[in-house]
Amino acid sequence: MNPFSSGTRLRDMIRAIRACKTAAEERAVVRKECADIRALINEDDPHDRHRNLAKLMFIHMLGYPTHFGQMECLKLIASPGFPEKRIGYLGLMLLLDERQEVLMLVTNSLKQDLNHSNQYVVGLALCALGNICSAEMARDLAPEVERLIQFRDPNIRKKAALCSTRIVRKVPDLAENFVNAAASLLKEKHHGVLITGVQLCYELCLINDEALEYFRKKCTEGVIKTLRDITNSAYQPEYDVAGITDPFLHIRLLRLLRVIGQGDADASDLMTDILAQVATKTESNKNAGNAVLYECVETIMAIEDTSSLRVLAINILGRFLSNRDNNIRYVALNMLMKAITFDDQAVQRHRVTVLECVKDPDASIRKRALELVTLLVNENNVTQLTKELIDYLEISDEDFKEDLSAKICFIVEKFSPEKLWYIDQMLKVLCEAGKFVKDDVWHALIVVISNASELHGYTVRALYRAVLTYSEQETLVRVAVWCIGEYGDLLVNNVGMIGSEDPITVTESDAVDVIEDAITRHNSDSTTKAMALVALLKLSSRFPSISERIKDIIVKQKGSLLLEMQQRAIEYNSIVDRHKNIRSSLVERMPVLDEATFNVRRAGSFPASASTVAKPSVSLPNGFEKPAVAPLLDLLDLDSDDILAAPSSSGADYLQDLLGVDLGSSSSQFGATQAPKAGTDLLLDILSIGTPSPAQNSISSIDLLSTADVNSNPSNALDTLSSPVPPHTATTASTGMFDLLDGLSPSPSKEATNGPAYPSIVAYESSSLKIEFTFSKPPGNPQTTNVQATFINLSPNTFTDFIFQAAVPKFLQLHLDPASSNTLPVSGNGAITQNLSVTNSQHGKKSLVMRMRIGYKLNGKDVLEEGQVSNFPCGL
Amino acid sequence: MIRFILLQNRQGKTRLAKYYVPLEESEKHKVEYEVHRLVVNRDAKFTNFVEFRTHKVIYRRYAGLFFSVCVDITDNELAYLESIHLFVEILDHFFSNVCELDLVFNFHKVYLILDEFILAGELQETSKRAIIERMSELEKLE
Repeated sequence: MNPFSSGTRLRDMIRAIRACKTAAEERAVVRKECADIRALINEDDPHDRHRNLAKLMFIHMLGYPTHFGQMECLKLIASPGFPEKRIGYLGLMLLLDERQEVLMLVTNSLKQDLNHSNQYVVGLALCALGNICSAEMARDLAPEVERLIQFRDPNIRKKAALCSTRIVRKVPDLAENFVNAAASLLKEKHHGVLITGVQLCYELCLINDEALEYFRKKCTEGVIKTLRDITNSAYQPEYDVAGITDPFLHIRLLRLLRVIGQGDADASDLMTDILAQVATKTESNKNAGNAVLYECVETIMAIEDTSSLRVLAINILGRFLSNRDNNIRYVALNMLMKAITFDDQAVQRHRVTVLECVKDPDASIRKRALELVTLLVNENNVTQLTKELIDYLEISDEDFKEDLSAKICFIVEKFSPEKLWYIDQMLKVLCEAGKFVKDDVWHALIVVISNASELHGYTVRALYRAVLTYSEQETLVRVAVWCIGEYGDLLVNNVGMIGSEDPITVTESDAVDVIEDAITRHNSDSTTKAMALVALLKLSSRFPSISERIKDIIVKQKGSLLLEMQQRAIEYNSIVDRHKNIRSSLVERMPVLDEATFNVRRAGSFPASASTVAKPSVSLPNGFEKPAVAPLLDLLDLDSDDILAAPSSSGADYLQDLLGVDLGSSSSQFGATQAPKAGTDLLLDILSIGTPSPAQNSISSIDLLSTADVNSNPSNALDTLSSPVPPHTATTASTGMFDLLDGLSPSPSKEATNGPAYPSIVAYESSSLKIEFTFSKPPGNPQTTNVQATFINLSPNTFTDFIFQAAVPKFLQLHLDPASSNTLPVSGNGAITQNLSVTNSQHGKKSLVMRMRIGYKLNGKDVLEEGQVSNFPCGL
Repeated sequence: MIRFILLQNRQGKTRLAKYYVPLEESEKHKVEYEVHRLVVNRDAKFTNFVEFRTHKVIYRRYAGLFFSVCVDITDNELAYLESIHLFVEILDHFFSNVCELDLVFNFHKVYLILDEFILAGELQETSKRAIIERMSELEKLE
């Protein structure tokens, strides 16, 4: 009996509910109905059960709780009639899921129904099982389902196949049982059974490796043949969609081929023909065709390499990219990201189209396109791509700006060919999207700026101009404030103009205006304000004429509500007032941070080193506070040696690494190719400050960021050719080194105990070599010390090609005489002596420290020993 | 694999909800609400695919109804778009020019059709004719 044949009661209820004008009315109607149903359930009347359940299901769909109906489902399922069972199973699937224990009670009914004589009932049972069975039920009923895969009726077969899919998903161990049955399904002619059979095989291959092997060996050709038949088949109205016969079956078969061919070259070979055929012959003007092509491309990408097929695939994707349909473009962008890993060239061809997609109105396409563009960037196209992206940055939406600016910064940092360009691009990004730029990005920018000494003037002027217009971009203000503080004198004096610049007059007062504005503006945050205050301190030293005005500004900040500002204001005020004599040395130019070390440390590849690993905290005044300065110029830093030094046979490079940090951009020595010079000559060159030859070495090793491209900025090279800023080094010597050695030597410099005779020391001792130093002072020159080094061979073999090299910090000057010989015979039979003379410009304040490297040949092998001498007698 | 299928109208009322993964009642309501919010605001020019939690939702609007299918990330979106269309064609044929009211009053039949079309989250039959035939056989048994 059809529960709805009387027609009205279910429909009446639905009509009544729909007629309610308000939610309260509806709740009232539903409550009444639920009460009726509960009463009827208690009466246990079999006749209206199905109607009640149908009503209950509707109420459930509206969103009301209906747990009391669950047992009704079970009773209905147990009834003999088909209509009751039908409603019962429907209710079961709707009101219950696999996590409920009530489900277990159905297992027995299911088992009986699976064996029912009425195949429609069997169908019902399979359907319910396939949709909501739990793992235990799956285990219990798996044999029944397996049997049903071979049933005579195709409807049952296909249901059984999909039901098995669920079973093996829930209980992977049962996979083996289904392999044979699944293989037989592949030979079906009925599309429904075929498609479900293919699905089952796919699932089995995913779960079970043996199944995969089995299918690979036995069924690959069969599957290929099926696909070929279907591709070539004549028009079948029943399955035709937009000119393709059963695109769903195509897609399923392609998927199965994908999982078979992945990782197996033979299987992949077998399928190349059919894949090529599908790829070329499928029409792509409708969605169905595109769906098949998409699956085909995915399969081609996944199986083992056949380059011609891959090229075909990427061409298809290229066609997709220019399709007007957004869906197709989205899909193409997704796939291209995967394709880039193995064929970058082919994808590069479509760069322009991808760039267009970055500007698409659809957000998901924009996002995908941007990621793809990031992957496509290389040295050749970086300038043009960045230009396009920055142009777009100006007009893009706010929510996209963050993503876009992050990607632009990433690209610029990674691939920038020269510093000038890098600074320009970063400036533009800061102007447009400064508030989205992250901290480590603008920190890196400052590092680069400080390293590009010849661009300081240009940079500070550009920043000045920018900050006048874009003063609401926080990060821009910070960078500008720092640079104006550091290079204010270059700003007002128009120093270091480069060709393309227009001259601009900036008075000292203008510069201070900008900084004052940064402090007083209401939406500057505390970091900006603090940085501005530091900048003012620097300017008070660099611009003595308006020192009073600066002092006033600082004094005003004494009353600031921010504790940090108060403290700084008070401290700086006292410096300006009472410590004029050390002010200038306090706020000297920041020593340049070694870029390579910075990059490495930033990348976190550095093990915990002796010095602080913190990035240069730019808000700290120069040299005045705790040695965050230490990592910047850790000349005698034991660790940086390993990172910086390129493995070259010339020992000269190593020493240069140690010392050449401050000589402009001679810091990164990667791939330094220099003609090895005689060790002692090189040392002389390196260590004497202010001569051109160290710069000579540094030219060949100028390494801006990570690419070594000198030609693009010849001015950079030339600048370092000329004397590497002697006043720079001379003055930093006093401040930069001030904390440096304090950090290094465990005890602060002792009082000079001026004894006339200095004991000789063992400078270095290892298992094979011993070095002794004896000292003498030439008359009349207390700063100079003559050292005689004696080398003793402690090993049983002779050393040949013996070379001794030494390095000292900047406040010392070292002169090495040639050694007495370069062959060191076995101990006792002789020693080499070498004279050195050391001049200490900080005589009385600092002791001598020296780093040594000894190279020699032992039994034909090169040996290198290094050491540090810190036990010089004081007072030298 | 299909995780769930939803039919919702513009106001957010669910006309059909079929889940192939277990979810609590409250979670289901939340999901329906979120999916509705996602698809109802999208412009017609945008793609038919949206990311939803760790899966994706493929949706299409037919008159006042949104057909949303939630699938795994690795599935072929275009294929599911086709299957949504096939389902709508079947409904259209069965109810002769289907409208939303048909689906409301005959919800149990819609579920039946769906169960003939998709099982265990996978496509069961691709022929419209076959499904319609099967439905008429089932109706005769009532």
